[in-house]
Amino acid sequence: MDTKQLAVQVADLTVAYQEKPVLWDVDLDVPQGVLMAIVGPNGAGKTTMLKAILGLLTPAAGHVSIFGKPYQQQRGLVGYVPQRGSVDWDFPTSVLDVVMMGNYGKLGWLRRPGAADRKAALSALEKVGMADYADRQISQLSGGQQQRTFLARALMQDAQVYFMDEPFQGVDATTERAIVDLLKELRAQGKTVLAVHHDLQTVPEYFDWVLLLNVRRIASGPVNEVFTDENLRSAYGGRVGFLNKRQDHESA
Amino acid sequence: MSGAQIEIQLIGIVVAAACALPGVFLVLRGMAMMSDAISHTVLLGIVLGFLATGDLESPWLLFGAAAMGLLTVSLTELLNRTRLVKHDAAIGLVFPALFSIAVILISRFARGVHLDTDAVLLGELAFAPFDRLMLFGSLLPRSLVVMGAIALVNLVFIAAFYKELKLATFDAGLAAALGFSPALIHYGLMGLVSITAVGAFDAVGSILVVAFMVAPAAAAYLLTDKLERMLLYSVGLGAAGAVGGYWMAHLMDANIAGSMATMIGVLFLLCLLFAPQRGLLAVAARQRRQRWEFAQAMLAIHLLHHEGTPEAEVENRLDHLQDHLRWEPAFAHNVVQRADERGLVRLENGSLHLTEAGRGLATTMLADKR
Amino acid sequence: MGAGWASSTSGKIMNLLDLLHSLVFDHTVRTVALGTATLGIVSGVLGSFAVLRKQSLLGDALSHAALPGVAIAYMLTQSKSPIVLMLGAGAAGILAILLLINITRQTRLKEDSVLGIVLSVFFGFGLLLLTFLQRNPDARQAGLNTFLFGQAATLLTRDVMAMAIFGGLAVLLVIVFWKEFKLLSFDREFGASLGLPMPRIDILLTTLLVVAVVIGLQAVGVVLMSAMLVAPGAAARQWTNHLGRMTLLSALFGAIAGVSGALLSSLGTGLSTGPVIVLCISVIVLISLILAPNRGLLWNYLRQWRNRGRLRTEAVLENFYLMSSQHDDPSHPHAVTALEAVSGAGNVRRSLEELQRRGLATPHSGNTWSLTAEGVRAAQARLQPALKDQP
Repeated sequence: MDTKQLAVQVADLTVAYQEKPVLWDVDLDVPQGVLMAIVGPNGAGKTTMLKAILGLLTPAAGHVSIFGKPYQQQRGLVGYVPQRGSVDWDFPTSVLDVVMMGNYGKLGWLRRPGAADRKAALSALEKVGMADYADRQISQLSGGQQQRTFLARALMQDAQVYFMDEPFQGVDATTERAIVDLLKELRAQGKTVLAVHHDLQTVPEYFDWVLLLNVRRIASGPVNEVFTDENLRSAYGGRVGFLNKRQDHESA
Repeated sequence: MSGAQIEIQLIGIVVAAACALPGVFLVLRGMAMMSDAISHTVLLGIVLGFLATGDLESPWLLFGAAAMGLLTVSLTELLNRTRLVKHDAAIGLVFPALFSIAVILISRFARGVHLDTDAVLLGELAFAPFDRLMLFGSLLPRSLVVMGAIALVNLVFIAAFYKELKLATFDAGLAAALGFSPALIHYGLMGLVSITAVGAFDAVGSILVVAFMVAPAAAAYLLTDKLERMLLYSVGLGAAGAVGGYWMAHLMDANIAGSMATMIGVLFLLCLLFAPQRGLLAVAARQRRQRWEFAQAMLAIHLLHHEGTPEAEVENRLDHLQDHLRWEPAFAHNVVQRADERGLVRLENGSLHLTEAGRGLATTMLADKR
Repeated sequence: MGAGWASSTSGKIMNLLDLLHSLVFDHTVRTVALGTATLGIVSGVLGSFAVLRKQSLLGDALSHAALPGVAIAYMLTQSKSPIVLMLGAGAAGILAILLLINITRQTRLKEDSVLGIVLSVFFGFGLLLLTFLQRNPDARQAGLNTFLFGQAATLLTRDVMAMAIFGGLAVLLVIVFWKEFKLLSFDREFGASLGLPMPRIDILLTTLLVVAVVIGLQAVGVVLMSAMLVAPGAAARQWTNHLGRMTLLSALFGAIAGVSGALLSSLGTGLSTGPVIVLCISVIVLISLILAPNRGLLWNYLRQWRNRGRLRTEAVLENFYLMSSQHDDPSHPHAVTALEAVSGAGNVRRSLEELQRRGLATPHSGNTWSLTAEGVRAAQARLQPALKDQP
């Protein structure tokens, strides 16, 4: 495969905390324009994987490239949606302000966000159905609205590749729908999304590409090829209650 | 050694012991800074007690001080519960306010009395042997008697509620489920901290009480995982710091309490560096050792992953390791050499192959990932 | 309060006028007030960030940790000039922070334990050095009083100048790096993902916090410096949900406390400035916690009370309708006691009066009430979804 078409390429990524391996020698090729779910049991290293790709932790070995170049040179092409619970939502700021933070990297030192940034932030909020909440204080948001605010901030980054850490965690049905629509729209624009995801049931519905992870890479590729019972079993070990349910569902 | 010298050291040891006992629980429960807050606000209790009784020797002063310590704790918690400010800010708001009231009351109503704020903040151990009181037919230093009694109270409380304290510290939820009241234990402990702070500030001042409470316990926490031992070690470390500090002050002709706090700090630093398991040096040495082990395992796993795949020719080349694993050439060379010596890999014309042993290591490492 | 205080109202007014007079014309008072106002502004600005970053107790540790720096600076230079001592205090503060961060990161000790150790051991070491330098082991004669409680009354014009220059620089840097500091405080990791050097931004902001502490030491002293970093920010947070406004308000609160503390202690009551400033800012905090709109305790209480009332009124309306619908005539009057029995505890009569005001219910003789046609419709509308679910 031509390297140019790979949005994300991870080679031999190994991450250890206190010399305890969290990720072992993970290789991963993600073609441009796919929606990829990263799934695996708790402690499988899913969040660690995202953070290592984004350079938020230093890996023990391995390297990451975005569209064929080292990550550090391609930051402008990357958007990030951290876990919703990672910040203090009582911080004195408004939704619009949080969304504009997406542009801080491109603004450079000493520059303040201006009218153009404001407009871009408002249109990002519109895309996630939050335009009416622009001036709302962030502590007054529901979980789903918090998540959509973070998504709008990532849209503000105007990236080619988006990394999302559990975007569906604890959101209401409306928000879930809105996020799915947004993901599909991003794919239609040729963007690539990698999202840590917990709900195995919805993987085939929401995503077209999947990485099964449990400290090492179990499998990765198109959902219909890779999301097999055998691979799931080897990722999740004995905990395969879901698989039986799924088989029932399919036979029904 | 003169009698006064021995007495000062004895007082130092008793203060250290009395402080270290509740200190262990403060450190474990993440409430070390409460000791700082309490040791300041007890001053207000003393002032109010003095204004009420007009007598600096009255036992009501001790009572007022302990009550003020508990009031500090509950005010902090009350403020925290309003969710208007965070926990750390709540502490930082309550104690300076109460302390300021105390300072103002002293300067307005207790001028000229022997109740001066510097003495409370700094204490003066050198004078302790001169303040004596009659007990059991002999004239003993007041500080020694008071702190001895407080140390005993702390010991009795901790011994009597050992099980409950342990449970409430490590699993508050379970303690509540078993019918212990974590709140009762919590306030009991805070009461001890308050009494101890009042008793100790005479000798070492309210700022250095914090050193006696927190530093030995924190050092002991780096030495052991067992609560019993932690209590024992922290008393020992505190006492050693007190005696060592005394002699350092003696040699330098400097302040005794400051010197004791410094010595306790030095002991903490020694534990921080040299503790057998958790000391920084031990950790660094372990990491250095593990680094090679880890790198060899990484190499084996890397080779295993690409074994029999079309790209194996490229992936398994020695010079590729620098590229893909991001290893320095010298480091990669060293790892391969070590792995070769252990019989994990074979090197054939610049291409690496796993041996049976290497394959075994890789598979066990992957299986045993948790 | 005490006898030294003005004893009558007219005396108080005279005092107030005197105070204002001395603020304008008395050089000493003006200098002190300018100094404490500067301190209030600088610590208000930096304290806002400290409070938001949950570093409220860092100022406490930093101010105590400054003592050995002061002692060593004096030892090396034999100078007591404020600039030299401030530099020494600042250096010790930065060392303390480095230790704090590294010990917390590399061991299993919790941050508050390390804070306590750094605070007390540094202070103890400073005390040792200071008494050693003066060849007098009695800490009480070591001239520490200034360090402990500050000596705002002795501030000279050049001290205030030094405070204003350092403080002004610190505030200027906060303005320059505003958006970076905001990002650091809200979502550090996201900032790092943007490629911003978050560790360096953190070091800069923390260094500015050290500057604020060092400036304040001379005016309010070690013990009360921590309050100046926590209280203005905590009070300002209650009034606004906007970081910029919060920081401005925090600076304003700090300045008000500084000036009023300086004036009150200049009354000749023998009060030292530090504690009075802290009491002033504490009063501001208390007022803010109780009265601030939206967040304040009083506001919260009223909101809960109103909500409870509204819910009760709606419950009474629904119960009333359900009782009435058992009759053929939905507007059949019912006794208040019957409604009370159904609706449980709470003031049913007040809810009925509320319903009457909205034209949904009318009172009849003999302590009975009935729903109006409007009331029946309202209750039906409320109960519609629930009724539809029933088979």
